[in-house]
Amino acid sequence: MSRHLISAADLSRDDALAILDTAAELALLAQRPIPKLPTLRGRTVVNLFYEDSTRTRISFEAAAKRLSADVINFSAKGSSVAKGESLKDTALTLEAMGADAVVLRHSASGAPHRLAGWVRGSVINAGDGTHEHPTQALLDAFTMRSRLGRIAGLRVAIVGDILHSRVARSNVWLLRTLGAEVTVVGPPTLLPIAIGSWPCAVSYDLDSALPQSDVVMMLRVQHERMTDAYFPSVREYSRRYGLSGDRLARLPGHAIVMHPGPMNRGVEIAADVADSARSTIVEQVSNGVAVRMAVLYLLLGGAAEPAPELAAAASGRDMP
Amino acid sequence: MAAPRPAQPAAAGPAPAASFAAGQARSGGKALLGPEEIRRALTRIGHEILERTDGGSDVVLLGIPTRGVPLARRLAARLDQTEGLSVPVGSLDITLYRDDLRLRPARALGHTEVPESGIDGKIVILVDDVLYSGRTVRAALDALTDIGRPRVVQLAVLIDRGHRELPIRPDYVGKNLPTSRREAVRVYLSETDGEDLVTLQAGQEAGHRGGGPRTPK
Repeated sequence: MSRHLISAADLSRDDALAILDTAAELALLAQRPIPKLPTLRGRTVVNLFYEDSTRTRISFEAAAKRLSADVINFSAKGSSVAKGESLKDTALTLEAMGADAVVLRHSASGAPHRLAGWVRGSVINAGDGTHEHPTQALLDAFTMRSRLGRIAGLRVAIVGDILHSRVARSNVWLLRTLGAEVTVVGPPTLLPIAIGSWPCAVSYDLDSALPQSDVVMMLRVQHERMTDAYFPSVREYSRRYGLSGDRLARLPGHAIVMHPGPMNRGVEIAADVADSARSTIVEQVSNGVAVRMAVLYLLLGGAAEPAPELAAAASGRDMP
Repeated sequence: MAAPRPAQPAAAGPAPAASFAAGQARSGGKALLGPEEIRRALTRIGHEILERTDGGSDVVLLGIPTRGVPLARRLAARLDQTEGLSVPVGSLDITLYRDDLRLRPARALGHTEVPESGIDGKIVILVDDVLYSGRTVRAALDALTDIGRPRVVQLAVLIDRGHRELPIRPDYVGKNLPTSRREAVRVYLSETDGEDLVTLQAGQEAGHRGGGPRTPK
């Protein structure tokens, strides 16, 4: 695995499976009376959040703390960023404090990529603009695998605001790597122009996509990024692309409903669907901690680069 | 016991290297123990466990992945055959507790599975293939603390090859093998490697196994 986690598209199948397998073991450890591990003692993880976030920030914080890392939380509000400090200067400050990993959430697509060039530690993308949100895609894949037993061959419909969704982009790439068949569904105004180059099918009609889906992933309508009139009214969007109880009944019996949160109940997903037994929304949150622990462990748990003689030693043995 | 997960996922990452090394060892190494010797050693350990734990009640066997796990299962089968005693068996992965994590790239985790009856107040017997520096056992003791509070913790190993780096000693030993630090002891088990065999290879300090981490000099 590379030193950073910036894009789900960078992950090879082996990398992704290593993260999911590690997360599966770590999820079991979380059920113990003492769900704390000494593995990252003495390492410092900085949560650098330029955008509001509840679950992602708390999830990364919980993951780092369960592995005994020290956590420094930084949110742009109330910091020197409010005084006009640039990302680079903030990064150099963190570097001087000895951050081993920086978890970055930023409104600008590509910010983690820039940051990776400025700091020595690992950079983990916790969502950048409309680009990617790789740990969300990993926890979604983890949830699919734990509910349905596999990912390869699953038919996954990702529904809604694809244009603004970093979750959709990360999921499309990761699920393709893991062998699922993805269909993105949404109104033409909410699909990116380059959707033809994505490794997925495209549909404008939710009702025809539902009966052939093992997984339906509903995306949030991102009102804060809606600077144009993408659809006539929220009500019309909800009628054509919202997952109602009637639509839920058209899914195959084993199919699951996912949502990355936060939900707009009554817009993209009906309240009773969100609370139904087929919804994995709460599971996704708890799986998020295990997946982020796995990412932190795999990025920070070992040596940055093995010395040659150690690499030779490691290849000659499997387990002491 | 819960469904055995026979070293498949745990060994998935390192398996190619291991089988490559195994091929070398089996052609170049000196065979020390064959299937019969391994079987007899385990039978004897089984009897010793019964003697030293007052008939084996309250015993929980925890194998340390990879090869401690099948050894623990075999010991449990012995106890069942000789005394009709059904002993809980589990596995205890120590990767996250190792003291040499920063010396190598992050490793794949093994599987930890604690029997449902738990370990509180029990006699926990850790089972591993080779005892060497003692660092693996130290990590296992740390891992145990996070799971519960056994009444007694004991250690059973198939091979004790000496060269301890910590004040740790085994309670049950299949065979004491005086070795040099430059030699490598390899244990193959039919569950993980297709055959039962213990070999000694000369002059491969880097490729040793069974003893836990070595500090790079």
